[in-house]
Amino acid sequence: MTAPKLVQGYEVVIGFETHAQLSTQSKIFSRASVAFGAEPNTQACAVDMALPGTLPVMNIGAVERAIEFGLGVNAHIAERSIFARKNYFYPDLPKGYQISQFEIPVVQGGEVSFFLEVGKETVHKTVRLERAHLEEDAGKSLHEDFIGQSGIDLNRAGTPLLEIVTQPDMRSSEEAVAYAKELHKIVTWIGICDGNMQEGSFRCDANVSVRKPGEPLGTRREIKNLNSFKFMQQAIDYEVRWQIDQIEDGHAIEQATVLFDPDTGETRAMRTKEDAADYRYFPDPDLPPLVIGRDWVERVKSEMAELPRVMAERFVKEYALPEYDATLLTQSKATAAYFEATAKACGQPKLASNWIMGEVSRRLNTGEVTFDNIPVSAAQLGALIARISDNTISNNAARQVFDALWSEGGEVDAIIEAKGLKQMNDTGELEKIIDDVLAANPKNVEEFKAGNAKALNGLVGPIMKASKGKANPAQVNALLMKKLG
Amino acid sequence: MTTLHDMSVAELAQALQTKQVSAVEVATAFLARTGGNPHNAFLDIDSEVTLAQAQASDARIAAGTAGALEGVPIAHKDVFVTRDFATTAGSKILSGYRSPFDATVVQKLGSGVNAQVGAGMVTLGKVNCDEFAMGSANENSAYGAVTNPWNTSRVPGGSSGGSAAAVAARLAPAATGTDTGGSIRQPASFCGITGIKPTYGRASRYGMIAYASSLDQAGPMARTAEDCALLLSAMCGADLDRDSTSLNVPAENFSAKLGDSLQGLRIGIPKEFFGDGLAADVRTAIDAALKTLEAQGAKLVPITLPRTELAIPVYYIIAPAEASSNLSRFDGVKFGHRAKDYTDLVSMYKKTRAEGFGEEVKRRIMTGAYVLSHGYYDAYYLQAQKIRRMIADDFQRAFAECDVIAGPVAPTVAWKLGNNASDPLADYLADIFTLPASLAGLPGMSVPVGFGADNMPVGMQLIGNYLQEARLLNVAHQYQLNTDFHNAKPEGV
Repeated sequence: MTAPKLVQGYEVVIGFETHAQLSTQSKIFSRASVAFGAEPNTQACAVDMALPGTLPVMNIGAVERAIEFGLGVNAHIAERSIFARKNYFYPDLPKGYQISQFEIPVVQGGEVSFFLEVGKETVHKTVRLERAHLEEDAGKSLHEDFIGQSGIDLNRAGTPLLEIVTQPDMRSSEEAVAYAKELHKIVTWIGICDGNMQEGSFRCDANVSVRKPGEPLGTRREIKNLNSFKFMQQAIDYEVRWQIDQIEDGHAIEQATVLFDPDTGETRAMRTKEDAADYRYFPDPDLPPLVIGRDWVERVKSEMAELPRVMAERFVKEYALPEYDATLLTQSKATAAYFEATAKACGQPKLASNWIMGEVSRRLNTGEVTFDNIPVSAAQLGALIARISDNTISNNAARQVFDALWSEGGEVDAIIEAKGLKQMNDTGELEKIIDDVLAANPKNVEEFKAGNAKALNGLVGPIMKASKGKANPAQVNALLMKKLG
Repeated sequence: MTTLHDMSVAELAQALQTKQVSAVEVATAFLARTGGNPHNAFLDIDSEVTLAQAQASDARIAAGTAGALEGVPIAHKDVFVTRDFATTAGSKILSGYRSPFDATVVQKLGSGVNAQVGAGMVTLGKVNCDEFAMGSANENSAYGAVTNPWNTSRVPGGSSGGSAAAVAARLAPAATGTDTGGSIRQPASFCGITGIKPTYGRASRYGMIAYASSLDQAGPMARTAEDCALLLSAMCGADLDRDSTSLNVPAENFSAKLGDSLQGLRIGIPKEFFGDGLAADVRTAIDAALKTLEAQGAKLVPITLPRTELAIPVYYIIAPAEASSNLSRFDGVKFGHRAKDYTDLVSMYKKTRAEGFGEEVKRRIMTGAYVLSHGYYDAYYLQAQKIRRMIADDFQRAFAECDVIAGPVAPTVAWKLGNNASDPLADYLADIFTLPASLAGLPGMSVPVGFGADNMPVGMQLIGNYLQEARLLNVAHQYQLNTDFHNAKPEGV
């Protein structure tokens, strides 16, 4: 493990709490729809409004998604977990308590691993999860549009959430963002969350503290509702600087909940520990313990799509790819599928990987294009790679073919033919060009023979030019050595 | 034919099915008796709604699609939410509240749940109770105390005091009640009627305004065990889509199981129920009832329920803890009472709840919030839960030696109105014999067994093992075949 990056001599310690909205049709304890964007209070039923006499009934779909998540991060799925009431008064909390899990959560432990670039190095990082628990969302208070009053929209009340809590394992804002991106990938890959950060389907809170290396953990402040990866990094960086400045100025950090303001780029305290409520947690007597038998877990497992982690391991074994390649290729289901189809089409997995991580991803990064509407199909790319590996074309020529495929489409061999990109594999023709070039450049030949290896470059260039780029560089080298040797 | 209001549920059902009388005639007769609201038993009456339901019953009888108790009137305790009547749970905070749906129990006794045929009973109205079912005397209702039909200077018991008074005064042939720590059994005992609290989870809690969720159970209150069997058969049954604590056991026909002889029945007599705290008049009546049962072939077996006294502190920790959370939804935001003058959100909450809740409710909310607080939870709530399990275990040891347990429902007969008003603890202590079965989730019932001081009724409690309601009803019915206490009427009724 590499030593943690220090900021002004301080070690940064970050833990995450992420609320992932589970992609069920109905709410966690009622049958009302969870669809986003409906008119206020049109998707709140009697249970969501906490009308007298109503009771919660567990949505099995939410439990299954929690099980899927647990399996996805190698966690323990509790055979018996408990729903608890978190009591506090707020107008958008209809019951006066939130049903959550407190002492015994459904998902226990687990880990999230990812690669990140540190300087020029690629570092493998594992963040341990503490737990993930099921809970219901609250409604929304609408302060605009109501002068001197507040509106309450209970459409969101009762929406199923999985709160995913890490250990304080991250040591920089870069690690924190990389973790959040990886977690986002996992939940969307498994399909338990749509990952829409604008609509609040994936909300991150970061617990940030700083300390001198070797010292006990510092007092943390929690940055709430980081709803974009960009703000996440800005907010943490600001918070770290702020905390270090405070300590350097001789102030102690006070435990607090803060909000990040993207306009000012600053964090601002909402409430301090003194205001911290006593939530009077206790087991919800309306809900029996959530019992999940091994057979249920096995069934969910058998119905789940291959996990990114498992798929990456398979890529290493089946396609002899480096772990780094395998991890990058399993960033999304679409990338992985594109890779596998390309590899199968050309029989050259490493070349396919290089092309996808190189040329293909470069283009995807620049344009509006995604794997859903990519103009070059896996079959086309596979055919192109096959032509490289059978020496029909050079890498350079292949890039030209790829350009053509991207902008105009067409068939690989036809493009090679039309553009005359076929490598010169006919030794006789090539030898003639080489002889001409050698005759025209006696000075280079002499220098090479005198021991200047660089002089060879002055010969290869003109040869490639004379062959209109069709010469196979390896073949040119071999012939040159023979003739000059 | 007997006067309509003196007829039992069974007799009325029979008369209606055989068309000797129409549902409208029956409803009209009972509505007439509720005029002037005797004993302050009713909180809402709407004769138009009742008569419309009676007409629908008559139509079903004529069409041959009648339910088991078609056209028989019933009054519902005001903690069951109803679409057609206001629902207040005896609290000012829900003044005028009208639910958009009926409680499952109300549906099952009425026109049915979804496509399932209901019992077809006609709702006479909503009856008074202690506010949010918190009380043992029905003196905690925001809408005034209920008086005992046997002596109007006495309390009817609580919290289902309106239900018990209505049945005893023949204002309704039957009523629903709810029992959290004795709220069906004790008023039944005080008013000389029969009532049963089934096993926790037997009857759906959906639509029952929650007081203490892990204890609340619905049950019937009527004059006879036979009637209770008919009513309970209609009320029970799994409601898994709406109540997660509903037991997944099918409805049972309790009426079919009333005929067994008591020969060889082992009746456990817990010595803790017959100690110094038991009033002599109550003891005399219970002893006589036990002799009757012995004469019918039952054997009395001494047993022990050693943690009986602990039931009081355990109950008065757990029930308020759950109540403090259950009652948080009454905050003035969405429904019910909201204070008029407030300056901000917190002041709105404080004023609304200060105005809306009565003294006893506030006391229990504060007790509950306290025992759940950080630093106190382990010492109070957690400890109480442990003892609760031990109390349940004690019952299982006892049931190894007996088939049912018998004893008093309450240490005394009904006390005078205002007697315990300044001493809430006295009310709490009076729950000692009903709390243990509640904490264990066991079925319990009250059967009238005579009269004590000042001719006030005495009830005997029968406690059965889980899902043994049929046995309790069987014992009570066999007893009632040999006795006449259940037919006694208060003077002037």
